[in-house]
Amino acid sequence: MGPTRLALAYARRRPLATVLVIALAALGTAIVVLTLAVSRELEERLTRDSAGIDLVVGAKGSPLQLVLAGVFHVDVPPGNIPLAAVDELRAHPMIAQAIPLALGDSFRGFRIVGTEPALIAHYGGRLALGATWTKPMEAVLGSQVARATGLRPGAQFTGSHGLSESGGEHGDAPYTVVGIAAPTGTVLDRMVLTSVESVWAVHDAHHPPQAQEDDHDHAGRAGPAREVTMVLVRYVGPLAAASLPRELNESTNYVAASPAYETARLLTVFGIGLDLVRAFALLLVAASALMLFVALAQALDERRYDLAILRALGAHRLQVAWVLVAESVTLALAGAALGWVLAQGAMVVAGTWLPAAAPLARAAWTLRAVDAWIAAGAAAAGILAALWPAWQAYRLDVAATLADA
Amino acid sequence: MFELSKVEHRYGATRVLSVPHWRAEAGDAWLLAGPSGSGKSTLLHVLAGLTVATAGRVVVAGQDLRALAPGARDRWRGRTVGVVPQRLHLVGAVSVADNLRLACTFAGLPVDEARVRALLEALQVADLAGRRPGALSQGQAQRVAIARAVVNRPALVLADEPTANLDDAHAAAALELLRTQALEAGATLVVASHDARVKPLLPRTYTLPAHAAEAA
Repeated sequence: MGPTRLALAYARRRPLATVLVIALAALGTAIVVLTLAVSRELEERLTRDSAGIDLVVGAKGSPLQLVLAGVFHVDVPPGNIPLAAVDELRAHPMIAQAIPLALGDSFRGFRIVGTEPALIAHYGGRLALGATWTKPMEAVLGSQVARATGLRPGAQFTGSHGLSESGGEHGDAPYTVVGIAAPTGTVLDRMVLTSVESVWAVHDAHHPPQAQEDDHDHAGRAGPAREVTMVLVRYVGPLAAASLPRELNESTNYVAASPAYETARLLTVFGIGLDLVRAFALLLVAASALMLFVALAQALDERRYDLAILRALGAHRLQVAWVLVAESVTLALAGAALGWVLAQGAMVVAGTWLPAAAPLARAAWTLRAVDAWIAAGAAAAGILAALWPAWQAYRLDVAATLADA
Repeated sequence: MFELSKVEHRYGATRVLSVPHWRAEAGDAWLLAGPSGSGKSTLLHVLAGLTVATAGRVVVAGQDLRALAPGARDRWRGRTVGVVPQRLHLVGAVSVADNLRLACTFAGLPVDEARVRALLEALQVADLAGRRPGALSQGQAQRVAIARAVVNRPALVLADEPTANLDDAHAAAALELLRTQALEAGATLVVASHDARVKPLLPRTYTLPAHAAEAA
């Protein structure tokens, strides 16, 4: 029956205040842990999706839009650029790799990406089933697409116009699934991959190309003016970052956007929102600490005689002060622990119900260095709340209290 | 067992206690008598080392209390003195048995479970060991307070007005319990009381003069 067990007995004696303090601390901690996890996952995903892409080259427009459309596949692209741009870029001595993307259609909300097999390798992917495409209208499904649609190699599907599921169907131009990619944890998992030619073919079926303007500068090549939406570029070396973007932006009709730079800008904007949520959570934690302080200050009044008798039984001043600090710190830590558990539960629930939040579920139930800081913060808040009551207990005049019958 | 000489205590200029000389042998049972305001409680606090007298020499169980630092005095008190305060002050948040265990732990001693059990049985409150003090009658609470005072086998047991609010039969029983428990623990007993019923029940009496409280 030491100071800590006595403190717990006191906490049990007034369940309402104890439950309130723990609940407030838990709520605040849960929100802090959740926002930390969300921003961590967001940052990781953005970093993972844009890894190895030094530049996105596309039509004139907003660089952020270009990156959102071409790297994260969450926005419509600003427009198209001529196919010739791909060869121009490939010929550039500072460019190691250039992968074209032709966008425009989607299948059940998943984007159909006309590209080259190199894109699968770029995201570190490999085929789990089947093979890659060899001719137009053959498609490889990302792992999430395959899981969500249940399609297997050999199945046929048709794309719809735009990114939404309600766009017009291209019913006359069906794709055939030839392969399914293994999960990579990147945006590749949410893509329907096909050749650039397939996208052209679907497009041509709806809007027959007008060949006349093309003839004058491409002698010998019959056919329409072929376009791609954008090109993902990897530099030869880090030095290219200093000159290549400016060179492309100034000397060509294209926009060259750096995913790293645009991602950082995006995170700054998200960061403000998350900071606001976190500030609110800290307010809850502060309210909890304040409640703890009020509860302890009130309890001190009732416990003056208890503390005096403990001193009469031989307790040191520090021991009776510790009874209050122990109670405060225990409640604060209990609240933080409960909040952490709540946050992990919320991450699992969110990850189970929202496919986009799946990484949150995978990240749950892992202790991180930041959790030690949260525990330390909770303990500090507990000590802070108990400081004044504990000081009062420390200075308690035992003889006067016992005589005050 | 203890010896006080020329002990005085003052609050500011007001003298609240004056003990020219008082010596008690080990195993003695004393009544500390005197009217209200004569300083009985203050003298108990001085003997317990809860109050350091303004002047004079206080030696208890061979220890000069003035020579002890505050922290050391707390530890000394936990092991040497058992206190039964007038308002008992059992800790309401924990069980009867835990009240005894608190006395061991906060004195820095290991909990002697056999001793706790034996005491609760001897004082006929063993079946209440798991109850909260709030559920006890006045008589039961007093027996628990006595058990708590002697659980560490102190050399000195101090009781402040133990018979206040008790009828004759219960007052005699309470005194008897204090005496037997102090005897069993080998302790000197000092009972501060202005209750006339107590005097015939204790062999020795030390009386504080009524006019102790006066401006010097």
